[in-house]
Amino acid sequence: MSRIETVFASLRKQHKKALIPFITAGDPDQTMTVPLMHELVKAGADIIELGVPFSDPMADGPTIQRSSERALRHHVGLKDVLTMVAEFRKNDLITPVVLMGYANPVEAMGHEVFASRARECGVDGVLTVDYPPEECEEWVRHLKVHGLDAIFLLSPTTPQSRIERVAQMAQGYVYYVSLKGVTGSSHLDLNEVSNKLNLLRSHISIPIGVGFGIRDGETAKAVAELADAVVVGSRIIEEIESSSKSQLMENVTRLVKGLRSAIDEAVVKY
Amino acid sequence: MKVYDLPDKRGHFGPYGGIFVAETLIAALEELRIQYEHYRDDTDFQAEFAYELKHYVGRPSPIYHAKRWSTILGGAQILLKREDLNHTGAHKINNTIGQALLAKRMGKQRVIAETGAGQHGVASATVAARYGMECVVYMGSEDVKRQASNVYRMKLLGATVVPVESGSRTLKDALNEAMRDWVTHVENTFYIIGTVAGPHPYPMMVRDFQTIIGREAKVQMQEEYGRQPDALIACVGGGSNAIGLFYPYIDDTGVRMIGVEAAGHGIESGQHAATLMTGRPGVLHGNRTYLIQDDDGQIIETHSISAGLDYPGVGPEHAWLKDSERAEYVGITDSEALDAFHALCRYEGIMPALESSHALAYAAKLAPTLAKNQLLLVNLSGRGDKDMATVTQASGLTL
Repeated sequence: MSRIETVFASLRKQHKKALIPFITAGDPDQTMTVPLMHELVKAGADIIELGVPFSDPMADGPTIQRSSERALRHHVGLKDVLTMVAEFRKNDLITPVVLMGYANPVEAMGHEVFASRARECGVDGVLTVDYPPEECEEWVRHLKVHGLDAIFLLSPTTPQSRIERVAQMAQGYVYYVSLKGVTGSSHLDLNEVSNKLNLLRSHISIPIGVGFGIRDGETAKAVAELADAVVVGSRIIEEIESSSKSQLMENVTRLVKGLRSAIDEAVVKY
Repeated sequence: MKVYDLPDKRGHFGPYGGIFVAETLIAALEELRIQYEHYRDDTDFQAEFAYELKHYVGRPSPIYHAKRWSTILGGAQILLKREDLNHTGAHKINNTIGQALLAKRMGKQRVIAETGAGQHGVASATVAARYGMECVVYMGSEDVKRQASNVYRMKLLGATVVPVESGSRTLKDALNEAMRDWVTHVENTFYIIGTVAGPHPYPMMVRDFQTIIGREAKVQMQEEYGRQPDALIACVGGGSNAIGLFYPYIDDTGVRMIGVEAAGHGIESGQHAATLMTGRPGVLHGNRTYLIQDDDGQIIETHSISAGLDYPGVGPEHAWLKDSERAEYVGITDSEALDAFHALCRYEGIMPALESSHALAYAAKLAPTLAKNQLLLVNLSGRGDKDMATVTQASGLTL
């Protein structure tokens, strides 16, 4: 069983839902990322989504773009991100790590080279934001050969035919973008999320994570009652951005612990 | 016989083009493709488009024989396709009218656009005013400073100009920001992309609207010169004016097609925007194409004296025309472009845009190597009034 499957199976037994925090590798600098990943796990993260910095993060809002810019100021690229995951794996063999980024850095490295190195470094899954299923069959094949999960996005506007297509290609979990818009947007319509998740579940057997627009414990709890996993990104990046380096770990830990306990209060039906 | 029939159904030009966007944009692009493919063949739509091009833009734009300059250069005859005479002063308006008419039929009340030099922003603001739509233009804050007069023109036309502070604060960042706006407001908003880049159907749709340039040229050449030109020359940033001229000639393999990229301070300086000459294929802004990027796949800041050519990507159809060797791509430096700018002013009384000056500069290099009966058709894609500040600065003067 893969690390991602193991995590979801164990949560299911405990009647709990997954918390998936997102941080950008190299933000605020390259020395902080691995310690921050360990802190996230201690504070209650089940899976870590690690952003690969890119110069043109078109699908992200200003908060995550700024985190990418901070990382790029330290010249953190895909190779460095893989090194960070290998470093993290020295002390954590359990927590799945999913890389989230854009197509161009993986194309620059080469699909096959990337897939084999990522596997060696202990990466579990990869979400490439600007690779819709139609354009990435070869990419997914390389990922599968190396035992990496291909994670896909679904959105409120995804029609049924595409849901079926994603259902065939996706592994690990799928990531339902709960809002139209970019990361960091607000206004989450829980009724709409609930209806859409019911539709998704009739086609998709793997766990469904929900992200975009989750900014506090209350929303996290509400989403945990509907989805298998709660993804929180921009809110954590804001905390990193507004904290001094000495306070950063403490502030992020407090935030993630708060989200964890809110999610654990959710009434969970499996 | 028509042989060339790209792109394919999913927008591919060989390995280039396609749709590389987040899932959140897929449905909007699909809606756009379906609507465009419908109206492309709709006689009312085409009739309105033709009427607007004639009566509002002032088409057809003439082909002008630059006789004095050709004589001075002492070789091939240089002919200019006068897109600079269009309403708003550049070829950009051909495309914005097409997209605005489509937006109207799709019931979108609001249009957004990205702009570098400001020409596409002005052309978008113009059609928004013409058809009574709200208009928001995204522009890198660096470009807002460089192109102050165009910013004011857009405001006069009723548009809101949003300065973009992220990244390198230029065209590519404006494009990122416009995409974000579109994702968020897709129900009532139409995104008017200004060049033949972006996800399918944009490269195809923008090309189709711009092919009026080449279609007119073919008729005019036959009528006025009794034959087609020996070579077509056009500047390439994203490449919309070039593809507009080239496309109707793709199957006429006797006609050379030459795209001129911005070599900035020189290719060897690393400060340029010559994507096809120096870049590698990758994925940016929704399509696969040549990109100026570093070893990590990060997009590198480009340089050109002309803001309209200052872009690290290029339209995917140009990437394909390069690989298939149907078109040639060459570079012209800032200073060569400036020389051509001054030459056209002095010898022909025409002030060209700095973008178009790149195409002119290559024509000036090529003409003396060819016989006097050869014909070079250069796309004079825009007029140079907008470039006064840049040219005076480059000449060490202040107004």
